[in-house]
Amino acid sequence: MTAVRFQVAALLAVAALCTAMDSEVLAQKKYDSGASDTEIRIGNIMPYSGPASAYAAIGKAEEAYFNKVNAEGGINGRKIKFISYDDGYSPPKTVEQARKLVESDEVLLLFGSLGTSTNSAIRKYMNEKKVPQLFVASGASKWNDPKQYPWTMGWQPSYASEARIYAKYIMKEKPDGKIAVLYQNDDFGKDYLKGLKDGLGARASMIVLQEPYDTTEPAIDEHVVKLKASGADVFISITTPKFAAQAIKKAAEINWHPVYIVSNVSASVGGVIEPAGLEISQGILSATYTKDGSDPQWNADDGMKKFYNFVAQYDPKANKLDAGVVFGYAAAQTMVKVLQMCGDDLTRENVMKQAASLKDFEPDTLLPGIKINTAPDNFAPIEQLQMMRFKGRKWELIGDVISSEMDH
Amino acid sequence: MSAAEEVVAEGHQAVEAVPKRAMTLGTGTSLVVLAALLIVPMFVKNFIIFQMTMLLIYGLAVLALNILTGGSGQFSLGQSAFYAVGAYTSAVLMEHGNINYALTIPISATVCFGFGYLFGKPALRLSGVYLALATFALATAMPQLLKLNFLEHWTGGVQGLVVTKPDAPFGLPMSQDTWLYYFTLIVTVAIYLLSVNLLRSRSGRAFMAIRDNEIAASSMGVNVALYKTLAFGVSAAVTGVAGSLGAIAVQFVAPDSYTITLAISLFLGMVVGGVGWLPGSFVGAAFIIFVPNMAESISKGLSGAVFGVLLFLVIYLVPHGARQIAILGQQFAGKLKKN
Repeated sequence: MTAVRFQVAALLAVAALCTAMDSEVLAQKKYDSGASDTEIRIGNIMPYSGPASAYAAIGKAEEAYFNKVNAEGGINGRKIKFISYDDGYSPPKTVEQARKLVESDEVLLLFGSLGTSTNSAIRKYMNEKKVPQLFVASGASKWNDPKQYPWTMGWQPSYASEARIYAKYIMKEKPDGKIAVLYQNDDFGKDYLKGLKDGLGARASMIVLQEPYDTTEPAIDEHVVKLKASGADVFISITTPKFAAQAIKKAAEINWHPVYIVSNVSASVGGVIEPAGLEISQGILSATYTKDGSDPQWNADDGMKKFYNFVAQYDPKANKLDAGVVFGYAAAQTMVKVLQMCGDDLTRENVMKQAASLKDFEPDTLLPGIKINTAPDNFAPIEQLQMMRFKGRKWELIGDVISSEMDH
Repeated sequence: MSAAEEVVAEGHQAVEAVPKRAMTLGTGTSLVVLAALLIVPMFVKNFIIFQMTMLLIYGLAVLALNILTGGSGQFSLGQSAFYAVGAYTSAVLMEHGNINYALTIPISATVCFGFGYLFGKPALRLSGVYLALATFALATAMPQLLKLNFLEHWTGGVQGLVVTKPDAPFGLPMSQDTWLYYFTLIVTVAIYLLSVNLLRSRSGRAFMAIRDNEIAASSMGVNVALYKTLAFGVSAAVTGVAGSLGAIAVQFVAPDSYTITLAISLFLGMVVGGVGWLPGSFVGAAFIIFVPNMAESISKGLSGAVFGVLLFLVIYLVPHGARQIAILGQQFAGKLKKN
């Protein structure tokens, strides 16, 4: 009798435990529109047409990455539905597409939409609607403003972060240097200049001359001549590709050989260095945060092996040398990480909470040592870069990964 | 059947310069359309209301071009510039001057009228493709002008300006989107009626005389220079109003929003809607808003090509645009009545 009673009691206890667990699990499942037991809807806006359509490779790589995740079983059993629309890089169209995604497709969040003015156009709307605008694909530092815009977060290192890294490098390698800055007279250039000055801090007087140019100018030769005349021995060229190449050429022509730093946006070998001339470009410095798909040194790298397999299997039409594919892969991987961290609580609030609590996350295609860290008061996921020097026909990484944070 | 033949067929009343039917819809049809525009927003999502607002706004911009090209026969690929001036005028006044959004609209219209009139002066010496090219230059220059340094304090430079969306006044129980839609609708209907009346007035007849034969018009005593610049001014003013409304609806202005692509879209809208047929402007606007979305859903990578094919089909099958379809519809309806 006792035995039977015990069995019954045990059964009851087990049953009770099961129901308790069940209800607990059920209680934890929370959804906002765009998420369910089987699906997570993610919205995205890309310039598939128009002047910036070269960036479309990013959106395609992201879509392919989500297809891979779905093929491998999804996120906690939920498939990702990636809805990506074209805005042709035109802000009014971005607004229309964002509203369509939020109000008509009812996505859980927007991920990785591209462009500075396009994202600026929807930032207020997204924050009013309280829909996450995650991992904006733009280098402006304005995406790191959690106080005013708690629903918007950037991803890549901002122009200001990159400039602070140059400041650190210069203070370490050339502490008595005299710096000349050539910068593009728009928000891109000014973001950089501000970052540089912040980075130099009390030593901002190292900058002996800062010279703006407008994109409407056909050539920037006279600016370079003026900068040389300032007697500077460090030259920071905050330029977009066409002007970067012109500056490299002109500096060589007037026999000026300072420590030469060119911004990451113009570090393209095919687009800037080769047109300017390989011979005169030896020794130029820049900084980066992604692995270069064309660099054989990564052939044995675990992360890049995964990346090459991914390209072969899920995105065979993509050019793996295209920096956009490397970028899209890493960004999508970060997004998936955040969704995994959300568990069964797929509310918009929790998505933002998890996105703001990434700890030492390392996507496969970022340089070794570069870790994604966020916090409720830090909406700038990537803040490290590594310096590189141009040698022969390609960039060579030098030194260690440098953090752009001021206290390090 | 051309407009002239229609007049002859109709017979004996005093001959209007332009028969009303050639330019507008019948009263009954107009009222039905207006009723639909009034009622639909009560039953649809905010997003659809936003799209309808954009439809009216682009419709106004196409209408403005229609007055210029369909009315006075001058080409313009520079409408995006006037649109931008209107948008920036409203945005700057609202954000820096704290002026009520409704008041900024007549100001935009005035500024743009002046701008268009002044631009029309040198453009007088040009005609046909040369004029198209000059306006094209204006459209290309505008985004760069907006980035100019000494204007940056007001325009926000490349960053653009964020515009605050107005609430419904008098505590009306409707969302911001719905209110903005009705506000836009009121402005649109007013401008539409004014435009119809303008084209049927003495000035409108002067426009059309110039369009049909400049020499004949001037020998009849039409001041060609005055009316050509006036057409530019009026068109710019209406485009400016559309720009203002666009800035308020989109809540953002930036130089990237007003590139040559916008000007070409508006031109395209006019051709698809039917040159010179005012209601067609709104059909054309629908084309430039919705067809790219359709093209995108057919093929993302080739959306531009798909759009091109659709456009080609429209031009090939109905070269006079929506106007041709409307006329066919009317004839069909007429036949049904007879039977």
